[in-house]
Amino acid sequence: MTGEGQKQTSENVLSIKDLSVNFNTEDGFIQALRRVSIDIPPRQIVGLVGESGCGKSTIINSILKLLSNNAEITNGSIHLQNEDILMMTPTQLRAIRGKRVSVIFQDPMTSLNPALSIARQMTDIQYRDQINKSTKRQRAIDMLTRVGIPDAQKRLKSYPHQFSGGMRQRIAIAMALLMKPDLLIADEPTTALDATLQIQIIELLKVLQKEFRCSVLFVSHHLGLVADFCDQVVVMYAGEVVESGDVRDIFHRAAHPYTKRLLECDPARIKTKTRILPTIPGNIPDLVNLSNDCIFKERCHIKDDKCPLTIAPLRELTPGHFVQCHLSQAGESQ
Amino acid sequence: MNEVNTKPLKERSATRNLVSHLMKDRLAIIGLILVILVTSSAILAPMIVPHNPNKINVRNRLKGPSVENWLGTDQLGRDVFSRVIVGSRIALQVALVSIAIAGSCGLLLGMMAGYGSKKLDGILIILFDTIRSFPTIMFALAVVTLVGPSLNTIILVVIVTSIPVYGRIVRTQTQALKHNEFILAEKAMGASKLRILGVHILPNVIGPLLIIASMDIPVVVTIEAGLSFLGLGVRPPTASWGSILNDGYAFIRNTPWLVIAGGAPLILTTLGFTFFGEALRDVFDPKLRQEVL
Repeated sequence: MTGEGQKQTSENVLSIKDLSVNFNTEDGFIQALRRVSIDIPPRQIVGLVGESGCGKSTIINSILKLLSNNAEITNGSIHLQNEDILMMTPTQLRAIRGKRVSVIFQDPMTSLNPALSIARQMTDIQYRDQINKSTKRQRAIDMLTRVGIPDAQKRLKSYPHQFSGGMRQRIAIAMALLMKPDLLIADEPTTALDATLQIQIIELLKVLQKEFRCSVLFVSHHLGLVADFCDQVVVMYAGEVVESGDVRDIFHRAAHPYTKRLLECDPARIKTKTRILPTIPGNIPDLVNLSNDCIFKERCHIKDDKCPLTIAPLRELTPGHFVQCHLSQAGESQ
Repeated sequence: MNEVNTKPLKERSATRNLVSHLMKDRLAIIGLILVILVTSSAILAPMIVPHNPNKINVRNRLKGPSVENWLGTDQLGRDVFSRVIVGSRIALQVALVSIAIAGSCGLLLGMMAGYGSKKLDGILIILFDTIRSFPTIMFALAVVTLVGPSLNTIILVVIVTSIPVYGRIVRTQTQALKHNEFILAEKAMGASKLRILGVHILPNVIGPLLIIASMDIPVVVTIEAGLSFLGLGVRPPTASWGSILNDGYAFIRNTPWLVIAGGAPLILTTLGFTFFGEALRDVFDPKLRQEVL
């Protein structure tokens, strides 16, 4: 297992290629994801940014293959260290979930089973390991201590409702890292927490990511946290990746008009006092009846008549910095 | 202030919490006493009956309460007190056996309906509704006509008519739970269907089910008494509260203690288990406290 892992260190931990997902609804096919490609190199933290409904959760569910019944993957592939997830049998899928890919969910209030003690939940997820119960318990205690739960030995027999939100998220992180996964998916892990806790949890994730040498897919609305935490950033809009690249490329040399506007809307960037927070005017396009051209054209502030009525090509501006726009060139966004 | 007490607050265990809550509730105490009384008399029946409950002594028939026969004798001269004690055995036997079996079946089918495919859910719901559409007594009459009256017939009728009740409760609970994030989290951790149902859903649905089941004990006790009263339950000479009532019913004008002897334990048991069940429900689900049954 380890020998295989070392051989693949140069390979991407996760590689999503041209992924398209449709949802079959009464109103027609919702094209939730279109030609999405994301690469997650080993030991890198990749941020996934975009507004609500842009397909971030669909990507996570596709990676785990936990899409709802009406979803259909129409195109593309997802490779986890050279193994195609989409071709796996349910048994193979269960073997990778939790062991090689694990998830921290958004709301720690609902992501733990209220009827079971922490001890029970943390020993139970180690069901794959043929070790005795006290070893499993000890592992759980070590892991809880590692994520900063004081007096873990004693707290182990407590139930989720006896912990605060921040503590619960620490427990969720402990559970996700217990099996030492290669890829940790953090689905807005700090959205439900207050600002001080957010920083604490992110700092904790940073330290643990280095220690456990795993890759992280960090999904967030919070641009400040993404800039602080991630190595690479993928910006999504309405089911498409519009820009991706190194964190400095995205935050200092944003090329896509959506990324630029998104950065302007970050409340942390506002210098002068105002009651009116900046917004991007307009709405996201109807994902059922999509026209076959630039998805951002209706809200774009730099578009002109020369924009061709075709889907914008994904262009590589500088090595590793991709943008899907007819016009944009790299430049300072401010 | 010489010394600050740094001893941490003692965490109350769930059992202690339950006991302290029950002690505050007067009806719960009454209920508990009645439940203990009935249960212990059922368990210890062979040891505490002063007379053989089925021994006929015609010369001593329809005697009023006395030191020898605490609740008098019936039309065949049998000691009514002994019959009432033995009757508690029948009552609880029917209630516990049928509720245990119906509860387990309901739990299993309910979880299958709630978590399984839509098709399976549809089939089970139609089945549940079909059974529930018969009134219990009508259903009992039909079954008795087919297989003949006996204790097992009553148990069978109660099981069949109770499974849909438990099944529906468990199904609804399971459906509400399965879209919870922690179930999704478990799936993401690689848990199989069986593991999710057994480890994660079961502990969440079993509590409400146990409360409903405990509240059902008096209902089943009444059903058994009712069927035995109608002559559809236990066969003579076995004593059941229903058959004691029926025996006394013919002589209600002259010897009212027979009806009282059959009716009082029925009322007390029903009240006891209901008070106790309500207290249990209050402890586990304070939200329901204000609701009328």
